[in-house]
Amino acid sequence: MEKSVIIKVDHVSMKFNLSSEKFDSFKEYVIKRIKGQVSIEEFWALNDVSFEVYKGDSIGLIGLNGSGKSTMLKTIAGVLKPTKGSVTVSGSIAPLIELGAGFDMDLTARENVFLNGALLGYTRSEMQSYYDDIVDFSELHNFMDVPVKNFSSGMVSRLAFAIATIGIPDILIVDEVLSVGDFQFQEKCEQRIQNMMEHGTTILFVSHSIDQVQKICSKIVWLEQGHMKCFGDAKVICDEYRRS
Amino acid sequence: MPAYIQNFIRFRPLLSELIARDIKIKYRRSVLGVLWTLLNPLMMMIVLSIVFSNLFKFNVENFPIYLLSGQVIFNFYSDSTNTAMNSILGSASLIKKVYIPKYLFVLSRICSSVINLAASFSALLLVMTAMRVELHYTIVLAFVPILLLVTFSLGVGLFLSALVVKFRDVMHLYSVFVTALMYLTPVIYPMSILPSWMVTIVKLNPLTNYLTMFRNVMMNHTVFRISDLLIGILEAGIAMFIGLFVFYRNQDTFILNL
Repeated sequence: MEKSVIIKVDHVSMKFNLSSEKFDSFKEYVIKRIKGQVSIEEFWALNDVSFEVYKGDSIGLIGLNGSGKSTMLKTIAGVLKPTKGSVTVSGSIAPLIELGAGFDMDLTARENVFLNGALLGYTRSEMQSYYDDIVDFSELHNFMDVPVKNFSSGMVSRLAFAIATIGIPDILIVDEVLSVGDFQFQEKCEQRIQNMMEHGTTILFVSHSIDQVQKICSKIVWLEQGHMKCFGDAKVICDEYRRS
Repeated sequence: MPAYIQNFIRFRPLLSELIARDIKIKYRRSVLGVLWTLLNPLMMMIVLSIVFSNLFKFNVENFPIYLLSGQVIFNFYSDSTNTAMNSILGSASLIKKVYIPKYLFVLSRICSSVINLAASFSALLLVMTAMRVELHYTIVLAFVPILLLVTFSLGVGLFLSALVVKFRDVMHLYSVFVTALMYLTPVIYPMSILPSWMVTIVKLNPLTNYLTMFRNVMMNHTVFRISDLLIGILEAGIAMFIGLFVFYRNQDTFILNL
């Protein structure tokens, strides 16, 4: 069976305007406009990046801070629209971009499960069927009726991870989240990701821990200051990355 | 099926979750809970009608009801547009992290306001019964001006929410604007006390038209004129068109300005 392309990143460039050009007030805007101070200081977070991901692959994104990894993930998740080029995704995406981003701190854990599930596009009844699984995985049995604002950060990320990884999504985006929780929970998370991979989920993985990347990913995209340095087999690139 | 309809169906559960959240958070930790949605406008109305049956007597039949119906309509407009305006800003943390159709935030705020409107409308009916005002069958037509008003407010809300992301000043300007608008809408006073040049200005205000239609069916037992209806539809349509246009033109740059 031929593998189908599930994510196609086609010559993507992403431009940001740096803060000198940002206006919070109308007055400021008009005055600067008149004075001709609307200087455009551009910053290309991504520059002409293209690669293809096949179904079932697990791709690691590596690079130093500020190399554009998170921007890349955000364009794939549809949060950012690329300035140039296009990203085509066929299938459902479960974003783990930042754990707990979708929580409303005033609601209880139970209510947040349903709110967060809806953010990921699940209906209430679907969430109902996953509910026990989420409680079990996050080990928060006694805390489901407590407002999330009273949770510790570890509890928040456990709950968030449990919600984001329900079901078998086509694509799972994991951005530095495995560094949360104690080592037992980290292992549990890795296991869950492995399990998803066996079911054919495509993983997009970002981490600074090169060992973790090598363990999980089969292919690697190496970004450097917005340019793609190389793309290819995990082992080869990991060795090279370690050496640099 | 067009992609945006598919997308809407996918995220429809989110809409109801967002509305439920708005209502829940508002009445969290109160003993009576959601009952306040009805009690709050009812108690307000009782206070207002006691004050205004004795004070300020304009030459209007059932002045308390005249005032209350005006309040129901105007408060909905002011509440819905204000919360809708801040909806995108308030959801910044989410918009930056997850892909969600952004108009859902505006729409959910308008829908929560509609729930409040339904409560204050029921409270109005209760007060009318208590004051032995005749409830005429034309009341069932009240949904027409309300529907138009909701559409109009949604358009204004979309427009404002997109604008406020770019220019935070709009927030402060708008609160002044709403106060001015309240005096340009015949909420407290009857149109008959105005000099003729003021009447023209007040009539240019779209809310005046919706309010007049609403009062006609609620209090005067008359059906609104077709010409008023058409103007109302036109105004709601224009507001929606401008709102959607501005929102869709700017929604991809929200994330850069949040």
